[in-house]
Amino acid sequence: MVVKGRISRITGPLVVAENMTGIQMYEMVKVGEERLIGEVTRIKGDEAYIQVYESTTGLKPGEIVEGTGSPLSVELGPGLLGNIYDGVQRPLPFIAELLTKTSPKRSIFVERGIDVSPLPRDKKWHFTPGEIKVGDKVSGGDLLGLVQETELILHKVMVPPNEFGELTWIAPEGDYTIVDPIAEIKSNGKVKEIYLSQRWPVRFPRPYNLKLDPSEPLITGLRIIDTLFPMAKGGTGMIPGGFGTGKTVTMHGLAQWSSANVVLYIGCGERGNEMTEVLERFPTYKDPWTGKPLMERTVLIANTSNMPVAAREASIYVGITIAEFYRDMGYDVLLVADSTSRWAEALREIAGRLEEMPAEEGYPSYLASRLAEFYERAGRVKTIGNPNRTGSVTVVGAVSPPGGDFTEPVTTHTRRFTRVFWALDTALAYSRHYPAINWILSYSAYVDTVSEWWAKNVDPKWKEYRDEIMDILLRENELQEIVRLVGTESLDESDKLVLDVARMIRDGFLKQNAFDPIDTFASPKKQFELMKLIIDYYRKASELVHSGIQASKAKEALGRLYVDIVKARFSIPNDKIEMIEDLRKRTLNSLDGLKSKEVKSA
Amino acid sequence: MSSLYGIREYSKIVEIKGPLIVVEGVSRASYDEIVEVELSDGTRRRGRVLDVSKNIAIVQVFEGTTGITTTGTRVRFLGRPLELPVSEDMLGRIFNGLGEPIDNGPEIVAEEKYDINGSPINPAVRAYPEDFIQTGVSAIDGMNTLVRGQKLPIFSGSGLPHNILAAQIARQATVKGEGEEFGVVFAAIGIKYDDYLFFRKFFEETGALNRVAMFVNLADEPAMIRLVTPRVALTLAEYLAYEKDLHILVILTDMTNYAEALREISSSREEVPGRQGYPGYMYSDLASIYERAGRVHGKKGSITQIPILTMPNDDITHPIPDLTGYITEGQIVLSRDLYNKGIYPPINVLMSLSRLMKEGIGPGKTRDDHAQVSDQLYASYSRGVDLRSLAAVVGEESLSETDRKFLKFADLFEKKFLSQGIRENRSIENTLDLAWNILSEIPEEELTNIKEEMIKKYHPKYKK
Repeated sequence: MVVKGRISRITGPLVVAENMTGIQMYEMVKVGEERLIGEVTRIKGDEAYIQVYESTTGLKPGEIVEGTGSPLSVELGPGLLGNIYDGVQRPLPFIAELLTKTSPKRSIFVERGIDVSPLPRDKKWHFTPGEIKVGDKVSGGDLLGLVQETELILHKVMVPPNEFGELTWIAPEGDYTIVDPIAEIKSNGKVKEIYLSQRWPVRFPRPYNLKLDPSEPLITGLRIIDTLFPMAKGGTGMIPGGFGTGKTVTMHGLAQWSSANVVLYIGCGERGNEMTEVLERFPTYKDPWTGKPLMERTVLIANTSNMPVAAREASIYVGITIAEFYRDMGYDVLLVADSTSRWAEALREIAGRLEEMPAEEGYPSYLASRLAEFYERAGRVKTIGNPNRTGSVTVVGAVSPPGGDFTEPVTTHTRRFTRVFWALDTALAYSRHYPAINWILSYSAYVDTVSEWWAKNVDPKWKEYRDEIMDILLRENELQEIVRLVGTESLDESDKLVLDVARMIRDGFLKQNAFDPIDTFASPKKQFELMKLIIDYYRKASELVHSGIQASKAKEALGRLYVDIVKARFSIPNDKIEMIEDLRKRTLNSLDGLKSKEVKSA
Repeated sequence: MSSLYGIREYSKIVEIKGPLIVVEGVSRASYDEIVEVELSDGTRRRGRVLDVSKNIAIVQVFEGTTGITTTGTRVRFLGRPLELPVSEDMLGRIFNGLGEPIDNGPEIVAEEKYDINGSPINPAVRAYPEDFIQTGVSAIDGMNTLVRGQKLPIFSGSGLPHNILAAQIARQATVKGEGEEFGVVFAAIGIKYDDYLFFRKFFEETGALNRVAMFVNLADEPAMIRLVTPRVALTLAEYLAYEKDLHILVILTDMTNYAEALREISSSREEVPGRQGYPGYMYSDLASIYERAGRVHGKKGSITQIPILTMPNDDITHPIPDLTGYITEGQIVLSRDLYNKGIYPPINVLMSLSRLMKEGIGPGKTRDDHAQVSDQLYASYSRGVDLRSLAAVVGEESLSETDRKFLKFADLFEKKFLSQGIRENRSIENTLDLAWNILSEIPEEELTNIKEEMIKKYHPKYKK
């Protein structure tokens, strides 16, 4: 039964329709003669309040609103990877293609009322059935077969979550489109066809069997993240920062280098050119883990700041549903959302139009619960279905606090539901210290859980060195306060050494140039060796200082080696790590000279 | 959108509030439709529909509601959104804030008519901006490079020379290797008459007037028109760039006045306010202006935007600069301190940023040392500035010798590199060589952002 009503009021992206009895909450509807896409967000009597995902200019009261019978859903199947969608999963390249034919002058714009299916209907995929046999009892998540979706990703064709029964037919190996049936399941006497694709409502999390503890680090190649504030596969993190602090560059870095199998990049209310950058660069970048083009593991959701605000609200749900779909195949998925503040603002705008009672700064009172729901969809899980699979969704959200003020509602609420906090700092950004992650304010709840991995795979002393770096940086921070008041002269020699080494850590370890071919990605081993280089120098110099030698002498003894140390991050590539060990030896030797000289002169 | 529904006229006004009138008995008015209000004395004003229910429409009147009465006023719904007739002949002409000619020139013969709200550019057809624009200003070219298709605002304060800087950029901007000049679309949004005169004279004197289209809404003209002016200007810019293959530079001044008008209309509609009374949707609204810039695949033209805004109280965290900074691709920040020191252009480089710089510079575009030199200038100048405040407390003598060199560097940077004449047009090579000259004042081993080979190639010490 399709509900049909008429528009009674239009105000911005909100449309009220009457005579809508029988419509469901969150049902997708088609609005007006142009059949714009909308979603029901409130029902009152026979009136439905609809947020419309396209511009409402020109809509009139009296135009028809038609229900679709189902909530806003995404189409899941092969063909997602490498694609770029708008906030309601319309493929943007197809929109451009379509408009080139119908109105070439306007082909560069996203015009309204365009109805295109998310996955290509005519593309054939090579399907290989799995070990499953006709007559087997199957249920949601069971593996039916495989499709090589891209060079990087083997797409696992699964029984949709809510289906179960007896497998009565499975297609032989061959080429199929997503609308050709590939299997049939019989339950309660009814036969149901299964396709390469399935649909899932975006506002409902896809089911899993069991949630596991995140224990393996998500390596990103960014030293300050991996070493000081690590992310775990299946974890949650946030990157708050004022404008110009490098949120987007950091997000791009994560999407580019992290050790995930699949990456969902959601440009939520951000700049058009940023999406273009990903779109143009990723096909040319190689995945550091497999050597294949990065685009083959990436799905982009682009709802730029000037695209309709309601679709922005939907975009993060579209993204996370796709992420869960690949998780269900047993992959590690990273979802980055830039920026969740724009999503929250979309929520605020819609709530304002609905004339809801505002809470803090005009945001609706359910802001916190919506954020919680979203971040809770992250996690490492044992998936449903056979064979046994483990997959994860890691969620990192950028937050854009107005005026860089971390006490505003979106930042404070997001903090409650995420476990890694990478605080971007305006002062660091002004002095072009990138990534501008403030090491005093930031934290990660995964340091202990991932240290086992580092101990096993990189070096048993990882945690010890990592903690020592943190100690030096914290000490430097305290000393800076004193220096600001009285200058450096009155400090202890050991404190002066801390200041020198902290500068070395900042310049030679924490700073990382995203645009330098060598520096942009540091392997875990390189990260450890650089850390060891600096800390071993510190330890030895510290001993000397305790035996009465001035801190400045320790730095002088290094001579040109100092430059070599701070430049090692971009002069020594990941595959020549032994050069760092060599540098470390020379560094320590240079201090030996100092010792003997001092002894002689004494 | 075509005028499918024809013109309908109503006269039952039930409420007048600020710039809004509420009209009853309206049938089939559409959202964002344009209306004409005829007062009892025959004067006509324009407005647009902000909210429409079954028989009620709320109309925002651009010229204000002064003198409108509930009786005897007729409201005509024109059956179309606000459109701008566009033509290449509009370059060289002057228009009011709604896009109507005010220079007594010939009538514009429209080649097309477009909805001034535009449509979002499909991110999938955008081409990433990467053509270096040489503005001849060292602080911009060297450290905050502008590229074709970028939106780079100037954050200024009242009384600072943002107009002079914008004019200097408009005059000097060229793309290396191409002689082609930019077409300029200029939108004056609620600015003072003398500011308008400055630009007009400037364009006349430089002989540029025939490649400039000016849209003018002055400070004493109705504030509601300010919501329309930038959109009208950008509609023309889009037409010229994407249909006529021109490279267009759009100057929007002053966006602060635009945001004030937005707040005014929001509060008369009794909307729930966000920060400091500005509406919660101001980010999206500003984005619908700033995002109308860029390059696209398959079209030769481009739109480069330089919006100017004055930060209330010089406060960069104020919602207007704050939201702008989140949308634009960087910002050029002017500093009152530098201005008071007599430095022109008084650009605070530490607070300034060009997000698209990295793709626009380097070998083949500017020079191979550009990125590293720029990083080094930033690192060294910021260290110098930090030390300045330290020296103010503990005295310069108690600083180390190296630190004193950084102090000196910061001074040189401001006097030699930053400072330049209003008509001084420096080539990028010139700018970079100048940078090396001042960088050679600090010890070579402190140049940690520059690779060895670049030091050998460009450092004055090795060049002789």
